[in-house]
Amino acid sequence: MVETYNDKVVKQFTVMTVVWGVVGMLVGVFIAAQLAWPWLNFDLPWLSYGRLRPLHTNAVIFAFGGSSLFATSYYIVQRTCHARLFCDKLAAFTFWGWQAVIVAVAITYPLGITQSKEYAEPEWPIDVLITLVWVAYGVVFFGTIARRKVGHIYVANWFFAAYIITIALLHIVNNLALPVSWTKSYVIYSGAVDAMVQWWYGHNAVGFFLTAGFLGMMYYFVPKQAQRPVYSYRLSIVHFWALIAIYMWAGPHHLHYTALPDWAQSLGMVFSLILLAPSWGGMINGMMTLSGVWHKLRTDPILRFLIVSLSFYGMSTFEGPMMSIKTVNALSHYTDWTIGHVHAGALGWVAMIIIGSIYCLYPRLLKLPGMYSTRAIEVHFWVMTIGVVLYIASMWIAGVMQGLMWRATNADGTLAYTFVESLKLSYPYYYVRFLGGVLVLAGMLLMLWNLWKTAQQARDTAPIAVIAPAHA
Amino acid sequence: MSGVWSVYVIALTLITIIGSVWLLAMTARRPPGKEEETTGHSWDGDLTEYNNPLPRWWLWLFVGTVVFAGIYLTFYPGFGSASGTLGWTQEAQLRAEQRRYDEIARRTYAKFASLDVAQIAGNAEAVNLGRNIFANHCATCHGTDARGAVGFPNLTDASWQWGGEAEQIHQSILNGRVAAMPSWSAVLGPEGTPQTVAYVRSLAGLGHNATAAAAGKARYDGVCVACHGADGKGNPLMGAPDLTDSAWLYGSSEAAITESLVKGRAGQMPAHGPLLGEDAVKVVAAYVYSLRNAAPVAQGDGAH
Repeated sequence: MVETYNDKVVKQFTVMTVVWGVVGMLVGVFIAAQLAWPWLNFDLPWLSYGRLRPLHTNAVIFAFGGSSLFATSYYIVQRTCHARLFCDKLAAFTFWGWQAVIVAVAITYPLGITQSKEYAEPEWPIDVLITLVWVAYGVVFFGTIARRKVGHIYVANWFFAAYIITIALLHIVNNLALPVSWTKSYVIYSGAVDAMVQWWYGHNAVGFFLTAGFLGMMYYFVPKQAQRPVYSYRLSIVHFWALIAIYMWAGPHHLHYTALPDWAQSLGMVFSLILLAPSWGGMINGMMTLSGVWHKLRTDPILRFLIVSLSFYGMSTFEGPMMSIKTVNALSHYTDWTIGHVHAGALGWVAMIIIGSIYCLYPRLLKLPGMYSTRAIEVHFWVMTIGVVLYIASMWIAGVMQGLMWRATNADGTLAYTFVESLKLSYPYYYVRFLGGVLVLAGMLLMLWNLWKTAQQARDTAPIAVIAPAHA
Repeated sequence: MSGVWSVYVIALTLITIIGSVWLLAMTARRPPGKEEETTGHSWDGDLTEYNNPLPRWWLWLFVGTVVFAGIYLTFYPGFGSASGTLGWTQEAQLRAEQRRYDEIARRTYAKFASLDVAQIAGNAEAVNLGRNIFANHCATCHGTDARGAVGFPNLTDASWQWGGEAEQIHQSILNGRVAAMPSWSAVLGPEGTPQTVAYVRSLAGLGHNATAAAAGKARYDGVCVACHGADGKGNPLMGAPDLTDSAWLYGSSEAAITESLVKGRAGQMPAHGPLLGEDAVKVVAAYVYSLRNAAPVAQGDGAH
């Protein structure tokens, strides 16, 4: 009997990626509107900004981003190991388990059930389910690696492996808590230690979930779509090891000028700066893969998504180390500049690499030559790029303005501005940010439509046979 | 940080930095094969890799950040428990900035030291300064226009719960005020409460049931009179509001007055002496005193 790929779970996660992308960004647009027009809180606790904001962040990171990482890692590990995914039942459990986590989060957050730890808000029963799903994910992924028919493990899998192991570690350590009821628990850390553990988790969630995982995606889909070899094997080695070793140190830059001891702040800052080169290593390796075929960018909107995402990756991984310098941080911290920086990474890098990868992946899963409409991909690219630029630029201006206003003093020593004045002047930028968000959401809806039309074209539903390794 | 932890932190720091540099040195060498050839690995039909050398500018960027880290950790704390050659701490930086601003403030307020609150209120520069302090410290409750909100007094009208003379305002800000209206539901009972409410509304000339108000007067004279006085004019010494004017801190509706009677009220003005310093309190008191005579009120937007 011919071995086939397990593409069922890949398809499930792919479709849910786009669905959760629409949902998560819709919530994002709504809370952006609440900041511009506060009456949209409607005086309803479960619609209030404070409860919906974590719902937005979790939906886009863990539902949209997470589903895309499951989909692409399962697809890539099978293709690059020349083997079927290990244990179909466990793979199915990761799909249904992860969807259950997302639904549980979407119910509990609006009800106000939360641990109040940023990006780790789920209460302990959900945390336990996340742990079970994640261990199953590790077993499926590494089980498949163990069954591989080729000697070398492809670079994309190094990044997926690092992301799976590290997220397990981060999730468990950061969420150690004493439950007092089904809906309430107390984290075992307190004070500055709690803050440090939280941001060790928080920044490595950026480093391993939102970076390493998506670099894995990049390392497969960029050379595939460009039909070119990866630029440099040795660059991938050095930037992989440097990235995972140095990201671990960067968390304290979230806690500059706080109760965290000076030595920890300094280490957080210098390692954040050292992180610049390893981050750019990934960008260079992806972009230079196109050398010789740059002309393809003119005709292939999917490749454009992938390469523009790498540009945003390079930009935000330059901005991040700069913002970690204490003097810069003293201006940028607590302002909308941080929000702009996060979205340069989350929309520019993460969402764009996901979208490009799915446009490349989905027709292959259905044995089709391409998506239903290339024109729609083209439109999606431009709508999204304009949306992201509007978002980032408005938050840069608002953030720097706020930072400067908050620190301005009169000659007599009093503060020159009140907080409310900086808020009033921020409103125009909040409208622009809202507009940017609407454009990004519109692009996602177009993508959902394109996916739907593509699915309707699929005829051949027989599983795809595993191809034999080249033994080169 | 104890010695053991210091050694631990130093060891981890060095291992990470030296490991990265070693990795760079190992991979920076020119590859043995020709650059145009792939590594020979192949996956999924058409995935292959070149083995191009590391871009030099990237290599030097990496080295540069490592060198910067070494220099920074020499000057600043971060290398285990070493305090850095500059002796810098964030606490010392904070204290230095505080001293600088304290000195500016001292010079600013010295001009008004010999004047009392009423005199300062006549000085345009001081009123501007006071408006600034007000905007950053008082506006949170009293509003940027000082017109207050439910539970927070309007400072631009003629009604002063604790007295509107310069020195009384000064004392309210400096030492704070605590007003205590107890709950009277047990004393007045379900019948007496609405009667008292009706009488209180009659004092201010608000619409009321005359029969209930007449019955309420007896209740008032037995209970409320102790603080609010026989004529309902209140007593600024204990912060008992005047019930005959149009200023109602918690609202004048029957429901609001009933709530005041049934549940009581606990008004709190925090003492600002410890927060702002006595000199600044005097100036902001002068600003508030100046509002008393300034109708319509100037917009206290804080900027100048």
